[in-house]
Amino acid sequence: MVQGRSYSNLIAHIALWFGIGIVAFPVYLTLVASTHEASAIANGNMPLWFGDNFLINYYKTLFVGSSKSTRTLVSTMMLNSLVMALTIAIGKIAISIISAYAVVYFRFPFRMGFFWLIFVTLMLPVEVRIFPTYKIVADLGLLDSYAGLTIPLIASATATLLFRQFFLTIPDELVEASKIDGAGPLRFFWDTVVPLSRTNMAALFVILFIYGWNQYLWPLLITTSGDMQTIVIGIKKMITITDALTEWDVVMTTTMLAMIPPVAVVILMQHWFVKGLVDTEK
Amino acid sequence: MSTRRFFLGAAASLALLAGTVPAQAQIEIHWWHALTGANNDVVVKLSNDFNASQKEYKVVPSYKGSYPDTMNAGIAAFRAGQSPHILQVFEVGTATMMGAKGAIKPVFDVMKESGEKFDPSAYLPAVAGYYSTSKGEMLSMPFNSSTAIMWYNKDAFKKANLDPEKPPKTWPEVFDYAKKLKAAGYSTCGVSNAWGTWLLLEQFSAWHNLPIATKANGMDGFDTELRINSPTHVRLLTDLVALQKDKTYDYSGRTNNGEGRFTSGECPIFMTSSGFFGNVKANAKFDFGMSTLPYYPDVAGAPQNSIIGGASLWVMGGKKAEEYKGVAKFFTFLSDTDRQAWLHKESGYLPITKAAYEKVQAEGFYKANPGRDVPVIQMAGKPPTDNSRGLRLGSLVQIRDMWSEELEAAFAGTKSPKDALDAAVARGNAALRQFERTVTR
Amino acid sequence: MEKRAIYSHKLLPYLLLLPQMIVVIVFFYFPASQAVYQSFLLEDAFGLHSEFVWFENFQHVLSDPDYWLSFVVTAIFSVSVAGLSLSLALFFAVMADGQIRGANAYKTLMIWPYAVAPAVAGVLWLFMFQPSLGILAQIIRDRFGVDWNPLLNSTHAMLLVIMASTWKQISYNFLFFLAGLQSIPRSVIEAAAIDGASATRRFWTIIFPLLSPTAFFLLVVNVTYVFFDTFGIIDTMTGGGPSQATSTLVYKVYNDGRAGSNLGGSAAQSVILMIIVVGLTAIQFKYVERKVHY
Repeated sequence: MVQGRSYSNLIAHIALWFGIGIVAFPVYLTLVASTHEASAIANGNMPLWFGDNFLINYYKTLFVGSSKSTRTLVSTMMLNSLVMALTIAIGKIAISIISAYAVVYFRFPFRMGFFWLIFVTLMLPVEVRIFPTYKIVADLGLLDSYAGLTIPLIASATATLLFRQFFLTIPDELVEASKIDGAGPLRFFWDTVVPLSRTNMAALFVILFIYGWNQYLWPLLITTSGDMQTIVIGIKKMITITDALTEWDVVMTTTMLAMIPPVAVVILMQHWFVKGLVDTEK
Repeated sequence: MSTRRFFLGAAASLALLAGTVPAQAQIEIHWWHALTGANNDVVVKLSNDFNASQKEYKVVPSYKGSYPDTMNAGIAAFRAGQSPHILQVFEVGTATMMGAKGAIKPVFDVMKESGEKFDPSAYLPAVAGYYSTSKGEMLSMPFNSSTAIMWYNKDAFKKANLDPEKPPKTWPEVFDYAKKLKAAGYSTCGVSNAWGTWLLLEQFSAWHNLPIATKANGMDGFDTELRINSPTHVRLLTDLVALQKDKTYDYSGRTNNGEGRFTSGECPIFMTSSGFFGNVKANAKFDFGMSTLPYYPDVAGAPQNSIIGGASLWVMGGKKAEEYKGVAKFFTFLSDTDRQAWLHKESGYLPITKAAYEKVQAEGFYKANPGRDVPVIQMAGKPPTDNSRGLRLGSLVQIRDMWSEELEAAFAGTKSPKDALDAAVARGNAALRQFERTVTR
Repeated sequence: MEKRAIYSHKLLPYLLLLPQMIVVIVFFYFPASQAVYQSFLLEDAFGLHSEFVWFENFQHVLSDPDYWLSFVVTAIFSVSVAGLSLSLALFFAVMADGQIRGANAYKTLMIWPYAVAPAVAGVLWLFMFQPSLGILAQIIRDRFGVDWNPLLNSTHAMLLVIMASTWKQISYNFLFFLAGLQSIPRSVIEAAAIDGASATRRFWTIIFPLLSPTAFFLLVVNVTYVFFDTFGIIDTMTGGGPSQATSTLVYKVYNDGRAGSNLGGSAAQSVILMIIVVGLTAIQFKYVERKVHY
């Protein structure tokens, strides 16, 4: 927006702090909880400010605690989560952008039919069709593998829809200019469409990365070997609802540690946002 | 090269080869379970100890999520032809597992076919009975069993001028104590419980020798019908609903999320699983005691015995004979007296064999840790009747949800206790009839 | 909605669509058709016995009063969550888009809470709002005198679930609105400012229309999200209770099918749900998209 008067800036600041308050409060609580001892958390007497157990808790989690409960090293689990999240994010963006391109920029029989076929995949989340999907993955021999973890989750249509929306806003003059230059559709795609899609790709990357990172039910079903466990399964495993004791301090610290890669992704993508802004001066 | 050297060389190579040919490959037994935290440690230790004690078999445990998730995983795996050998299923899923004749292999079969010595009478009837047919044939191996008991805050009792060594035994006494505690400052909760339906319907019925359902609570047939709307059941709910109004009694939810209300000191009397022990010991900053569940003294036959909760180990079908041998050996290993004694003392789960219980008693453990024997006595004090051996209802997960909804309606005041329980019976029966159709073909 | 400038290649579009179509057919349509087939069966958990029962499962479902209740619950839920999270996110995105100091910091802080896993987020929210132990619950009780009890009071339970779901969505929507805002050429906005248009007018006549493709995308995704992806939160926080007050259509589907208890009924419900959502989206495309400017 154009530089406004200072009081509208003040409003903006206040509004944003309010927003951050709402959005970040639970995370703040997690951070605070990770510095207290377990009984303080479990009894509901946890104060709102940091406690004294910061070093003890993180030490315990990294070197003692988590491997005691989850049997797999935190580092292995983070790696699995990383591979899964990256593959899903990149895979989904890649296949969706070309599908959206096909649907928008070409005329061919059943064009809208294809779009609808893809679009309908938004309508039935994995959890509801879990048994048959599991069977297919098992039949293909993909249990306990990165492929089995990621490919079925690439199926849904969010990214295709977004790209389609975006492509429809690209001015036709650009296409015509590119045609005059003698460029074919693939050239146009690489030289013009992809760069223009940067901000959208960045946003999608964040969302999809976190979607892949936070998966619980699917990896739980597909993987049995300890080496394939993801960090979210590790955390969930520590939050027990049966009789035993939940080590809340370890849970909270692991959660904080587990947030580092997604947060890093967000911060990195921020950079791209800004860059995208500068480049899309049309 | 001379002929002699050649033969020597050949002989040496052969010898080397023979030495490197591996012995018969270890058979892996896959065990899927739902245990976390310290209980997970127990599972791993048991597996490691078994693996170290012999070379033929290797038990490989895997955590598959919460109880419903683990059961889900087991079912999905079976449908895809990928099931594990041993699946830990919570007691609520027993009927579903039992009704699946090709999917599971009964434990007594596994033991018999593998030639392992197996004496059903060595197991505590209250524990083993839940998982056996009415003829005493054990279908699944009890593993982590607990029962419901009453926990109370001794410091709170002192504050209200109640004798901390004299916990209330009957419901009228509990209500009386709760009122006094409330007056002494525990204003938001005098008495409460976790696992709403387990405590207030299932355990309540068994403890008062009342049927939960016909056909020995479903153990004798799938054409069972619910009976949880008897006058005594309505009486309990009416009493509790009246006390809910001023929070002398306060509902704490369907599962055990509310257990923190006891350890935080908010609710001075709290009924939940005996497995809560570890939690209480670590988190309660007050003197606490354990006692038996309360009963109505004017109901004939009360107190009878309480039912077990927890989970058991089912053996999945479709595996090879030599793999079943390994499973059988593992079960023998688990039932070993010393091992059971250790398990019981360590984890708070109940011992499954008589010998283990007697051993722990002989060691003076209960004397040194008063209250730890409450669950065993409560469960095994009297021989179980048809009403208190356990229950076996299909779709119990769904049915418990229905019962919870009706209880909640009563507590919120939107339905009378009688209407709520009648609805609970009607809805539950409908689900039972549907389950019956899928099984008896 | 139709582009004038297109390419006339015959084979290329099919090749471009191929990867997605393969994945979609193998991992979506094939299992989905099995799920649909299941809606016509009455079977046990392990699939050992099954009986073909035509539309009996559907009949059963449609005559269940609890099913109709979940319609109402879902409607209230989706309107509240979508409405709240979209408007709040838009508001914050507009604020953050400006040239105020620390804009980048604000953006980061607004987005990264999305990184908290839903499993943990659900537990945290439960913690904060637990009737007696929760920090926020205590504030509500002490400061406002309200007997906060989502275990027994359906309105409280509904509020709790709406808050948790909206919270999760705000970050998501914020992210996309921001991306959309930042791809609006600065020159257009400046031209309007030079013309003397006030900030509010600028917003409604220029920015919002240019943002409408993104807004439309988010509307579709939000409705779908509320219909489908919220059951994790509901499961952790209220279990659909008290007395079904927070049981949405999809929660019923997931719960009824759990541990193989009622696969046929659950599948029938999914089929009905799919039809509804496809219908809703078709309507959105037909009527709302007309207003979208490309």
